[in-house]
Amino acid sequence: MTLPDSLAPVLIGFVVLGLFALGLAGALLPRRAWGIAAAAAALCGVGALAAFVFLLAGAPAEGFAVPLGLPGTSAQLGLDALSGFFLLLLFATGAACSVYALDAHEAEDRRALPCFPVFIGAMALTLLAADSFSLVFGFELMSLASWAMVLARHEEPASRDAALLYLGIATFGAACLIPALALLAPLGPHGLDLRFAAMRAAPPEGWRATAVLVLVLLGAGSKAGLVPLHVWLPLAHPAAPSHVSALMSGAMTKVALYVIVRLLFDICGPVQPLWWGVPLLVAGAASAVLGGLRANMEADLKSVLAASTIEHVGFIAIGLGLALTARAADLPALASLALGAALLHALNHGVFKTLLFLCAGAAQHGAGSRLLARLGGLIHQMPVTTTCALAGCAGLAALPPGPGFASEWLLFQSVLAAPRIGGIAMQTLFAVVAALMAMAAALAAAAAVRLIGVAFLGRPRTPRAAAAEDATPAARWAMIGLAAIAGLLGLLPGPVLALADPALRALTGSDMADRAGWLAVAPTAEATGYAPIVIAFLLAAAGAALVAVMRRWTVAGSRRGSFWANGFAAAPAWLPFGDPATQYGGASFAQPLRRSLGTALLAAREVVDTPPPGDTRAARLDAGLADPADTLLFAPIRRLRERLSVEADRMQFLTIRRVLTVMFVALVLFLAVVALLEAR
Amino acid sequence: MAPHLGFGVLDYDAAHMLGGAALVLSFALLYQRRVSAVINTYALQGWVLAAAAAWQGFVQGEANLYLTALVAVAAKGIVIPVALHRIVRRLEIHRSIETALGIFPSMILGVGLVALSILVVVPTTLASQALTREDLALALSVVLLGLLMMITRRNALTQVVGFMSLENGLILAAVGVAGMPLIVELSVAFLVMVAFIVFGVFFFRIRERFESLDVGRLDRLGELPR
Amino acid sequence: MSLFLALVTQVLHIALMLAAAPLLTGLVRWLKARLLGRVGASPLQPWRDLARLARKQPVLAENATMLFEIAPVVQFAAIGVAALLVPSFALGMASAPVADLLVIAGLLTLARCTLALAAMDIGTGFGGIGASREMMFGVFAEPALLMVIFTLTLLAGTTNLDTITELLREGSFGLRVSLGLAAVAFVAVALTETGRIPIDNSATHLELTMVHEAMVLEYSGRDLALIDGAAMLKLLLWFTLIGTVFVPFGAAPAGAGPLAWLVGLVCWGLKMGVLAAALAVLETAQAKMRVFRVPEFLGIALLLGLLAAVFLFVSQGFA
Repeated sequence: MTLPDSLAPVLIGFVVLGLFALGLAGALLPRRAWGIAAAAAALCGVGALAAFVFLLAGAPAEGFAVPLGLPGTSAQLGLDALSGFFLLLLFATGAACSVYALDAHEAEDRRALPCFPVFIGAMALTLLAADSFSLVFGFELMSLASWAMVLARHEEPASRDAALLYLGIATFGAACLIPALALLAPLGPHGLDLRFAAMRAAPPEGWRATAVLVLVLLGAGSKAGLVPLHVWLPLAHPAAPSHVSALMSGAMTKVALYVIVRLLFDICGPVQPLWWGVPLLVAGAASAVLGGLRANMEADLKSVLAASTIEHVGFIAIGLGLALTARAADLPALASLALGAALLHALNHGVFKTLLFLCAGAAQHGAGSRLLARLGGLIHQMPVTTTCALAGCAGLAALPPGPGFASEWLLFQSVLAAPRIGGIAMQTLFAVVAALMAMAAALAAAAAVRLIGVAFLGRPRTPRAAAAEDATPAARWAMIGLAAIAGLLGLLPGPVLALADPALRALTGSDMADRAGWLAVAPTAEATGYAPIVIAFLLAAAGAALVAVMRRWTVAGSRRGSFWANGFAAAPAWLPFGDPATQYGGASFAQPLRRSLGTALLAAREVVDTPPPGDTRAARLDAGLADPADTLLFAPIRRLRERLSVEADRMQFLTIRRVLTVMFVALVLFLAVVALLEAR
Repeated sequence: MAPHLGFGVLDYDAAHMLGGAALVLSFALLYQRRVSAVINTYALQGWVLAAAAAWQGFVQGEANLYLTALVAVAAKGIVIPVALHRIVRRLEIHRSIETALGIFPSMILGVGLVALSILVVVPTTLASQALTREDLALALSVVLLGLLMMITRRNALTQVVGFMSLENGLILAAVGVAGMPLIVELSVAFLVMVAFIVFGVFFFRIRERFESLDVGRLDRLGELPR
Repeated sequence: MSLFLALVTQVLHIALMLAAAPLLTGLVRWLKARLLGRVGASPLQPWRDLARLARKQPVLAENATMLFEIAPVVQFAAIGVAALLVPSFALGMASAPVADLLVIAGLLTLARCTLALAAMDIGTGFGGIGASREMMFGVFAEPALLMVIFTLTLLAGTTNLDTITELLREGSFGLRVSLGLAAVAFVAVALTETGRIPIDNSATHLELTMVHEAMVLEYSGRDLALIDGAAMLKLLLWFTLIGTVFVPFGAAPAGAGPLAWLVGLVCWGLKMGVLAAALAVLETAQAKMRVFRVPEFLGIALLLGLLAAVFLFVSQGFA
C-alpha cells in the first residue's frame, strides 16, 4: 500500500470526525455560525477532493476498524468504489450547501447550526459503513439530525406535523432495515456476524432473500421516497431551512438508494432470481409518474422540487431494477449500462436538485415567500438566481445538452435494450415502463416550465416580489458553482461514468469503459451514441449563425410598447406592473394536467366558488389533491394511532392492582419468550 | 401455397398488413363518437376485408375467394353502409353515440383483449404454420373487439355494427386458411344480411314505440306488465 | 472522399430543408384553399411573409426580458439542429453518427420548453393558456412517440436514425403489422407536435382555442419571422421523419454520387407532396377537437404503439 493510496480514506475519515466535532462546536458556540459553516465547507471540499482522487486512482478498496461500536466488537468502516462515488456526490453538494449557509442567519438557521455538520457526517458514515451496526447507526443519526432540522421552524403547526410524519416514517424505515440486516448476517462464533465481508460470503437464498428484498425496499425506499412511501417528502423537505432541504433532496435520498445498492447488489450477490428487479421497476415507474404529476400541482416552490425528487428517484430505481434483472439474466453489459445510468443520474440529480433548492431558498429570502401565488417576475430583480434556476431546470426537464438528458438518455437506452430478457409478460412490462418514463420526463418538463414561468417570469404578484433582492454573495457563489458543475456533468457524461467504472465492475462484472468516451456515450460498443459536446456545439453554431444572419439581413433594434392585457380594464396607478391576477398562476397552469391526469391518479379537485349576483366578493378557485397513498395507506394508520393512543391513555387511570397485573403479565410473557427461544 | 412463409415475403406481408388494418379499423370503430363515422369506418373495414380475401385468392390461386371478396365489397362496403346511412337519415336518430363505458377505458380494454387473443392463439397453434398464427390472433382480436363494441355501446345501431364487425373477424379468419369452401362464406354473409334485416325491422319497431334506439329501455319495459 | 461526400450532403440537406420549409407550408395552404374551392395564395407566399416580417422591427412589451428576446433564436436553433439530423434525400450524412431519435425528441422538447417559457415571460393570460396546454400535449405525445421508438429499436437494435433507415430499406423486416400500428401512432404524434388540425389550428385567431398561436401572441417583426420559420421547419422535419422511417425508399445510400442524390431528391419531393396532400385533405375534412379530447386521442396513439411492441414480441419470441 503506497501512501497516496491510503491517503484518501484517512482524509475522509478525518473529515467525518471533523464534521462531528463541528456539530459539537455548533452546540457550544451558537454565535460562530459563519465560522462553523466555513469550516464545514472546507471539510466537505477536502472530502470531495479526496473522493475524486480516490475514484481517479481506480478506487482500490480500503477497510479499517474503529474501536467503537457494540460491546466486544469494533465498527468496521471501508471505502470502496461504490461508496467513493456517493461520497463525491455528498461532499460536493455538502460543500455548496455549506457555502450557501455562510450568509444564512435567520433564526431557524441558527437552530439548525449544530445539526447540519452532523447530518453530513452521518451520511458519510453511512456510506463508509462496512458492518450492519455502523450502517444503521449512520442511517439513524442521519434521520435524527435531519428531523431536528425539519423541526427548526417549530412555531408553525405545519412544520410540527411534517416532522411528526417524518419521524414516523424514519422509525418505520429502521424497523424494516434492522431485521433485513439481521436476516443477512450469518451466525458466527460470537452470535450474528455483522461484518459486510462475512455477509457477502453467505448470500441469502429462498424466503430469506425475498424477505430481505421486501424489507430493504420498504426500509430504504421509504427514505428515498419511493411510491407508496413518498408522502412525507413534499411536506418534510420544504419545512427545513433551504440548504438543509437541498441536502435532504439532493444527497439523503441518494444515501438511501446507496443502501439499496449496497444490500441488494453487493451483499445479496449476483445469484438471485430474474424477478428481483421487478418490484424496483414497478415502484420506480409509479414514483416517476406520480412524482412528476405532483410536481405540477404543488403550490409551494420547495414542495414542487421535493415532488420532482420523487420522480427522479423513480428514474434511478428503474435503472437499478433493470440492472438487477439484467444481472440475473446474465447480461453484464446491459446490467452495467443500467447501473451506470442510474449512478450517473443519481449524481446529476443530486447536483441540479441541490442547485434548485438553493435557488428556491434565495427566492424565499429575497422575495419573502415560497408560494408560487406570491412570487412572479423575479427575473427582473434576481437575474443571477433566475439564470441558475434556469440551468437547474434544464436538468430537471432533461433538455439536451443539460445534465439530466445524458443520464436519462442512458436510462432510456437500457430500457430499450431490456426486452432481450424474459417472456412476453416481462417484455410488455418493459414497454409499459418505457412509456411511463417518457410520460414522467414530459411531466418534469411541464413542472420545470411551470416553476420558472410562474415564479421567475411574468409580472410580480405581490409588492414584496416586485422589490425582491438577489441572493447574497455566498449564496450566489454556491449556486454558480453548482450550475457550473451541472453544466460540466451534462457535457462530460463519459468521464463521469469512468469514475463509476470500478463500482460497475465490482457489482456487475462489466463496465462502461468501451462505451463511454470523452466525446460520446453509447449503449453498446459498436453503436453510435449521444455526443453532448457535438450537440452543444451544433446548437451554439446554429444560434450564432442565426444571430449573424439577423444582424446582416434584418432590421436592428426593437421598440417597446404595452402588452395586450386580454381586454381587462387598465390597472390602477398603484399597480405599476398591471393587475397580477390577470396572468396565469400556478393553479391555472396546472389545470390541463389536473383535469386530464390529476383527477384519475391523484384524486385532484377544483372548485370554482362564484359569488351570487350582486355580491362583490371575488370568485375563488380552490384546487387541491388527495394522494391515494395518503388516503389509502396513511390515513388508516393515523386512525389506528389515534385509537392506540386513546387506549394507552386509559392505562394511566388504572388501579395499583391492575398496573401491577399488567407489569406481571408483561414479565411472564417476556420470560416465556426467552424460554421458548432457549428451547430451540 | 408459397414454399417459404416468413417476414419479408410479400405474400405473407400483404395479408398480414391487411389483417392489421382490419384491427386498426376495429379500434377506430370503438373510438368513433358519431353514428355516421361508425358506419363509414365499418364500410372501410368491409373494403379491407375484401382486399384481404382477394389477396388470399391471388396467393392461394382460388377463384372462389375472389367471389368472396366481391360479396364483401358489395354487401359490407356498399349496400349495408348505404342502407344504414338511410336509416339514420330517415329516423333522424340521435347522431352521437351513447356509451356504457367511456371511450378511453374501452380502448384500454380493447388492448387487453388483443393481448389475450395473442396469448390464447399463439401457444395453442404452435404446431401449425408458423406465421398464420399471428393472422389468427388478429382475426380473433377483431372478433373480440366487435363483441366489446356490442357490450359498451347503448345505441342499437352501433350494436348492430359491432355484431357485423365481429362477423368480419370470422371471415378474416376463414379466408386466411387455405381450402375453406366458398359455401360457408356465402352462408355466413347471407346470415349477416338476414340478421341485418331482422335488426332493421327491429329498429322500426323500437322507433315507432319508444322514440329511441336505446336498448336499455327494452329491459325496463319487460318489467312493467308483471 | 467519403467524408467529403458526407459533408456535401449535409450542407445540401440543411440548405434544402431551410429552403423547402416555407414552401411546404405554402403548398399545404394552397391545397387546402383549392379543396375549399378558393384560388389560394401561391405556395411561395410564406416565403414572402417571412421576408416581410424580417424587415420589421419587433415591438416588445415593456417588461419583456432577455429571455423573451433570445427564445426565438434558441428554439429555431434547436429545431434547426434536429432538422440537421433527419436524413432527407441521402443517407450517410456527416451528422449520421449523432442522429439519434431520442436526441431529436430531446431537441424538440428543448424548443417547446423555450417557447413556453417565453410565452410566460410577459405575464399575459394567453401566454399562460398556450404554454400550459402545449406542455400538457407533450405529456401525452412523448409516451406515444417513445413507444414508436421502442418498436423501431426492437427491430433495428439501435436508436440511430440512419441505421434504422438503412435496415428498414433493406426490407428484411417486410411489411409488419407492428410497423403499420407504429406509423398510425407516429402520425398522431406528428399532428400534435406540429399543431395541426385536429389538435390545434395554426390558422385560428379565436383566442380560446389557440395553443401555439396563443404562445406567440406577443411576438412581432423579425422575432415572429423566426418563430414562424421554426414552425414551418418543424412541419417539414416531421414529414421527413415519416417519409424516412416508414417509407424508407429512394434516399441515396451512404457514399453515393450526385445521380443517386437526384433520385433521392425526387423521391423525397414526391413523399413531401403526397404527405402535404394528405394533410390538406385531413385538415379540410376534420374539425378541431376540444382540448380535453387530445389526451384521449394521444392515449389511443400510445395504446397502438404499445400494441405494435407487443406484436413484435410475439413474432420475435415465438416465430
